[in-house]
Amino acid sequence: MATVSPTPLLKDELDIVIPTIRNLDFLEMWRPFFQPYHLIIVQDGDPSKTIKVPEGFDYELYNRNDINRVLGPKASCISFKDSACRCFGYMVSKKKYIYTIDDDCFVAKDPSGKDINALEQHIKNLLCPSTPFFFNTLYEPYRDGADFVRGYPFSLREGVPTAVSHGLWLNIPDYDAPTQLVKPLERNTRYVDAIMTIPKGTLFPMCGMNLAFNRELIGPAMYFGLMGDGQPIGRYDDMWAGWCTKVICDHLGLGVKTGLPYIWHSKASNPFVNLQKEYKGIYWQEELIPFFQSVTLPKDCTTVQKCYIEISKQVKAKLGKVDDYFNKLADAMVTWIEAWDELNPSPSGIKPAELPNGATK
Amino acid sequence: MPIPIKDDEIDIVIGALHSDLTTFMDAWRPIFSRFHLIIVKDPDLKEELRIPEGFNLDVYKKLDIDHVVGTSTSIIFSGYSCRYFGYLVSRKKYIVSVDDDCLPAKDNKGFLVDAVAQHITNLTTPATPFFFNTLYDPFTEGADFVRGYPFSLRSGVTCALSCGLWHNLADYDAPTQALKPEERNSRYVDAVLTVPARTLMPISGINIAFNRDAVGPALLPCLRLAGEGKFRWETMEDIWSGMCVKVICDHLGLGVKTGIPYVWRNDRGDAIASLRKEWEGVKMMEDVVPFFQSLRLPQEATTAEDCVVEVANAVNEKLGPKDPMFARAAKAMLDWVKLWKSVGVSSYSPGA
Repeated sequence: MATVSPTPLLKDELDIVIPTIRNLDFLEMWRPFFQPYHLIIVQDGDPSKTIKVPEGFDYELYNRNDINRVLGPKASCISFKDSACRCFGYMVSKKKYIYTIDDDCFVAKDPSGKDINALEQHIKNLLCPSTPFFFNTLYEPYRDGADFVRGYPFSLREGVPTAVSHGLWLNIPDYDAPTQLVKPLERNTRYVDAIMTIPKGTLFPMCGMNLAFNRELIGPAMYFGLMGDGQPIGRYDDMWAGWCTKVICDHLGLGVKTGLPYIWHSKASNPFVNLQKEYKGIYWQEELIPFFQSVTLPKDCTTVQKCYIEISKQVKAKLGKVDDYFNKLADAMVTWIEAWDELNPSPSGIKPAELPNGATK
Repeated sequence: MPIPIKDDEIDIVIGALHSDLTTFMDAWRPIFSRFHLIIVKDPDLKEELRIPEGFNLDVYKKLDIDHVVGTSTSIIFSGYSCRYFGYLVSRKKYIVSVDDDCLPAKDNKGFLVDAVAQHITNLTTPATPFFFNTLYDPFTEGADFVRGYPFSLRSGVTCALSCGLWHNLADYDAPTQALKPEERNSRYVDAVLTVPARTLMPISGINIAFNRDAVGPALLPCLRLAGEGKFRWETMEDIWSGMCVKVICDHLGLGVKTGIPYVWRNDRGDAIASLRKEWEGVKMMEDVVPFFQSLRLPQEATTAEDCVVEVANAVNEKLGPKDPMFARAAKAMLDWVKLWKSVGVSSYSPGA
């Protein structure tokens, strides 16, 4: 192929979901890249505070009151005082793709000094196949200037649909609290010019700071759990979603990519605060990882929802004894799926009555 | 921090498929000259080797190989497989091996890549095969484990194999290179990462290094295509060897890393001409990959030698019936283990 076709904008097929408790000033820097898209702002914390959205953006904004109004009693599954609340945005979106980004993430520059259009790269990643069954040593084989290496079976070269595109961060790296305490000055300055598929059967820590996914393929798995206010744990929301998502993707034959694009992460959160939030997670994850590594889903789990409900049963059965929190979480996982299905009825079903609309401008 | 390694713990093994190694050796001189080199001449190569002065090396030719392993066995060391003879007779802990049509590459800042130093760093820092770190090798300067990485997995395991990459002529198969005759790899991906446990990949022999003490016998010259030739895309011996090594490393709890260092691979050969020969190698991967993916070794296999025997028996049983090439490979693997046990571990000291 002599010409490389430009990446489609997908401006009517993609929503940008942004959780915020502070302000949305960061959007000014992203304007050249984000302005064509519809934004879903999930306002955490005090609902009486007004979050100003910069002029010129098309958006809907939900605060806690809106979340309660839309979901009623099911709102209990959406976290409060934690960026985990962002998954509400995934649920109410009507688009095929979601890009989510934190409000302290800015446009990074590539080694040539050019601004990185992170959204465009995520779209490229999502639109081109993944290769989870055999590792390609030249990384993403569909990329310009690369290909499958000698020894890569031809029957595996078509790849599978990509469900998730996990981007990375320059400047403040996504370290846990203990690492932050030991290395407060470490900055990620290494630009690794690669995208790769995370192999089937391998788990990874999924960070929600710079993340895109195909909502139609994997949306219901992107529940960010019970975190923050009233919960014993924080900063494990994206981790939880990532482990569930990867297990389900592996089961359904979908791909998860990691690598480019980079964003510039500007704010280092307080490591002592982080330590308080994370500390249960740090020792619980020793149980969680073996749990997720050994989860098997029965063949009749053919949809994401069915897979997710099955995982919630296994969470209750196997992790309930680690801490009662996991019983609550398992229940919340079920509530999430029920709420998801209510807000997103299957196209083959009867059109539902219009649900209360949380869109406020 | 990487374990400090003395130069005399490393052998650089070069398989000479070209007689004139002057350009090659001179280009690598700044990097190679402090180490001991083992140069093994392809027994099929007729011309005399030309090697510049100033290196500490041992050269093995057909006569030497015949003397050590016997003329009937020496046939396994023809072509690219000649370097395995070097692995066999080396007594060092670490081996670094690059093809003789490769030169030092430049990194993204324009500096010459010290491929040996990077391979040794890869081998002497832990690998992390049980959970993927999104910032790649956490033991690299300026990186670490990310949030969500279990603490119990942060000490890692011994890295037994380091697989490097190639600029200019990438290691493509003949059909791929024939379809894109002008394509050259110019992207410098500044990362090394552990290949996760139970994930398989095509391990190219063009630029590798390994811990000979840990996995020596698992790198084996045992699969020969009927039309095997003197260009990489006319062989699959390293791909076969690499599948064995990865399965064995996974079983023994050892790590395999891939990524930097890069080498610069010279343009050579005609992909379209090679297409006729290579189809067999391309086709075989369709059977080979599922076989290795489902292979599980018994707990009793606790050494690399034991593991090779187990793999060989499984190959014979499951792949042998599909193609006599596999049955021959299985037998060659059993013979290789015997050879390794007699020559590979003895205090044999080959003379010129």
